[in-house]
Amino acid sequence: MMSLQEIKKSFLVSLWFMFLTFPIMVIKVNTIEQTIDWRWWRMAGVGLGAFCLSFVWRYAMARKEAGKKKAEDDNIVKVPLFQRLLSDRRFTIPGLVTSVALVVIFPFVFSWYQTGILITALIYVVVGLGLNIVVGLAGLLDLGYVAFYAVGAYSYALLNYHFGVTFWMALPIGGLLAMIFGILLGFPVLRLRGDYLAIVTLGFGEIIRLVLENWNEFSFGPSGIANIPKPGLFGLKLSLQESTIYLYFLMIGLALMTIFVVRRLQDSRIGRAWIALREDEVACQAMGIDKTRTKLSAFALGATWAGMGGVVFAAKTAFINPASFTIWESVIILCVVVLGGMGSILGVIIGALILILLPEYLRAFSEYRMLVFGALLVVMMVFRPGGIISGVRRIYHFEEPQQSTDNQKA
Amino acid sequence: MKPVLDVHQLTMDFGGLRALDHIDLQVNAEEIVALIGPNGAGKTTFFNCITGIYTPTKGDMVLTRPDGEASRLNGLKPNRVTERGMARTFQNIRLFQNMTVLENVMIGRHCRLHSGIPGAIIRPPANRREEKEVVEDSYRMLETIGLTQYVNEFAKNLPYGAQRRLEIARALATEPFLLLLDEPAAGMNARETNALDELILRLRSEMKVAILLIEHDMKLVMSLSDRIYVVDYGKKIAEGNPDAIKRNPAVIKAYLGEDIDA
Amino acid sequence: MDYFFELFLGGLTRGSIYALIALGYTMVYGIIELINFAHGEIYMIGAFTGLIVISVLTFMGWPTLAIIVMAALIAMIYSAAYGFTIEKIAYKPLRGSQRLSALISAIGMSLFLQNYVLLAQTSNFLPYPNLIPEWEWLKPYAHIVRPTEIVLYISTALVMVALTYLIKFTRMGKAMRAVAQDQEMSMLVGVDVNRVISFTFIVGSAIAALGGVLVMSHIGQINFYVGFIAGIKAFVAAVLGGIGSMPGAVLGSLVLGWTESFFTGYISSDYEDVFAFVFLVLILIFRPAGLLGRSDTDKV
Repeated sequence: MMSLQEIKKSFLVSLWFMFLTFPIMVIKVNTIEQTIDWRWWRMAGVGLGAFCLSFVWRYAMARKEAGKKKAEDDNIVKVPLFQRLLSDRRFTIPGLVTSVALVVIFPFVFSWYQTGILITALIYVVVGLGLNIVVGLAGLLDLGYVAFYAVGAYSYALLNYHFGVTFWMALPIGGLLAMIFGILLGFPVLRLRGDYLAIVTLGFGEIIRLVLENWNEFSFGPSGIANIPKPGLFGLKLSLQESTIYLYFLMIGLALMTIFVVRRLQDSRIGRAWIALREDEVACQAMGIDKTRTKLSAFALGATWAGMGGVVFAAKTAFINPASFTIWESVIILCVVVLGGMGSILGVIIGALILILLPEYLRAFSEYRMLVFGALLVVMMVFRPGGIISGVRRIYHFEEPQQSTDNQKA
Repeated sequence: MKPVLDVHQLTMDFGGLRALDHIDLQVNAEEIVALIGPNGAGKTTFFNCITGIYTPTKGDMVLTRPDGEASRLNGLKPNRVTERGMARTFQNIRLFQNMTVLENVMIGRHCRLHSGIPGAIIRPPANRREEKEVVEDSYRMLETIGLTQYVNEFAKNLPYGAQRRLEIARALATEPFLLLLDEPAAGMNARETNALDELILRLRSEMKVAILLIEHDMKLVMSLSDRIYVVDYGKKIAEGNPDAIKRNPAVIKAYLGEDIDA
Repeated sequence: MDYFFELFLGGLTRGSIYALIALGYTMVYGIIELINFAHGEIYMIGAFTGLIVISVLTFMGWPTLAIIVMAALIAMIYSAAYGFTIEKIAYKPLRGSQRLSALISAIGMSLFLQNYVLLAQTSNFLPYPNLIPEWEWLKPYAHIVRPTEIVLYISTALVMVALTYLIKFTRMGKAMRAVAQDQEMSMLVGVDVNRVISFTFIVGSAIAALGGVLVMSHIGQINFYVGFIAGIKAFVAAVLGGIGSMPGAVLGSLVLGWTESFFTGYISSDYEDVFAFVFLVLILIFRPAGLLGRSDTDKV
């Protein structure tokens, strides 16, 4: 492995990166104070890092190619470790029990702040599962998903501000309003495919945000809406700690309900129709599936969950403004779905937890958070585009298959 | 008895190119009709027109159910066409690759089922029954076609011949009375082609399905077909039973090139 | 009338800015059907590199004109290098994979580059010196148009001419057109597809860098985030004109630039950005191929 040729290659790579990053890394300019800082030691870091990483990269690439070839040659279905673990009863039952125990104990053991982070992660689980319907199941590339999230959040905030609508009333209303928006948004984009769909939905997302930012009479513009109340518990007054714990369990409930509903949808007539739509739109139509209805139902249902998530978000943070609903939010939610594994419920959950919790716990390296995040996205896509958990379909069981005489493989 | 498919003066222009030129074609109930011609003659375009993927420039297309109820195909969207009883397979395999074999067939049942979103979430008894039936009916379809050993396999992992047969199974699941097969024997060896021959005959006799097939394998075409239409450059140049077509000088000139003995 | 002319030129300026970035987007999309989200960051890196060169050479006492020329040149070289490297790392391994994977990878790259510059340099807005000389004869019209803008117009026009020549009359241009039409087939007839793709990235990135240096000089300040905003607008422009079409990118940029300018000048400046997106959405709904693009037909 450590042949002379390899070392030479890595050396050249390291030289290239030293050249490439020279201006930006080494020469730190400050035109305010008119200073130039020469940081030569960074060069060494880049050189060394590039040298080592190029070995790692080459190794990982070689493995990736080998894996691909093997699958082609042998025609076997790779059953990843994770999935094998999941189907093993000995693992799942104790795993489930420990998870449940952890979940229940968590808010009482950890601080209010930590619980708040977990609530945020759970919101992303719910919203991620919603987007999973649109992107993961139906294959509709929605880059403006945050618009529905905003609809939910603002509907609670505004209804509460003008009419005193409580959280529990706002939750279904927010979901419903988001659903309506989902259908409205779905109509014009029915004919669009792939990248065009992505761009238009991105445009819609931005339009909603910009309207919220500029239409001061309606949405109070960039200053947003404050003092959004948390959900009440039969009119009791709760302290910050208590209401956080309350919100936490509420989110657990919402997440469980979402998981339940999405699971049912996945293995149903409409779920199969969505996947067929994703796999091949033309063949899907040829098999009698109404493309329009299927697309609209995906948009509508996906939007509903974003709306509900938005309502909870407003309640949790007590203050919302248009800056919380940028394209990057859509991107993060999309990454949750893609990294976790499109179409996989467990994958989305894991994706949300990793994507939200990891940066929080890496706050020590908080400066490098986003840098690592960006790099992680690239690396994940290059080496594991299917996501953490990919391509699991339901296995059906039948009695002994009969011996057919005319279907022997050639 | 009216023909199940009655196509009259079908014309399809793509800009300046006339892909189909006033084609007349009929398929009768439980008939096996072949549509042959050199590559680029317009055969798949024909399929695309009658199934609603393209909108023809001119012409009438009528689909008539065995019970007599007729539908005009012009302007119908592809999923409506399938609902009315005409299903198809594709020249380049268009299976749902990341779904299992069983699920591919289950998709075919979609337009014959009724469950909606509330039903999917709540699962009342009617819905549960329907789902159970879908699974069983689909499995039985796989038995008919002979693909049960792949039941939980991903469609993309199947060998080529099995994939082609899966497409047929999927189309059959939609309960058509007219099945359009676009080059079903493409890429098959002799043994697979014989099996296909038997299968198609069984489809006609057991499931009472009429079949319109595009094919290049002349042996298969001559053996199976009741009638044959020959097109070249979008025009119909011959129509008749296999013997007549074999002898037709225009056909031989345009296409066969030499004598063909079945 | 003066005001109209001012808005007209303002739109031309916007259009030129968008065009220099949009060309890169559209070239890459035409070749590998990928929306290179990181392109905005390449623009930003070009501008930053220019700033660094300007600072160093100013310190070393070079003459102004030489500085600005060197800055532009070196910025272009570096952005080209970045574009080349990014393609090799984040896009090449994903050729043939699903579109969504490549898109996410591009997004990741964009995020990475933004933070790379942020951490290596600073999060502050830095003043950007404008080294384009003031011309005496232009002074009376200073409120309508400034020298930097004129240089911008000329640069954009020159780039357009150069690109057209490249695409139409050179071997590489022909190879680019071939790969854009059918990658597999091009490979089979002996075109070195990897080289063509790398070349496309290099050229697109260099053009963006030129834009970056000129624009930042014009605006007077720079920040690690400018690539994102400019990138989105330019992207809208490219799609407007028909993504994959180079004349389309320029046309779309001009249309967007003018309509933005007149809209904000005569109607309202609040909803300026909304306007761009509404425009985009409407075009894509009624004419998805954009103004000059080819329509996407699916072979069944």
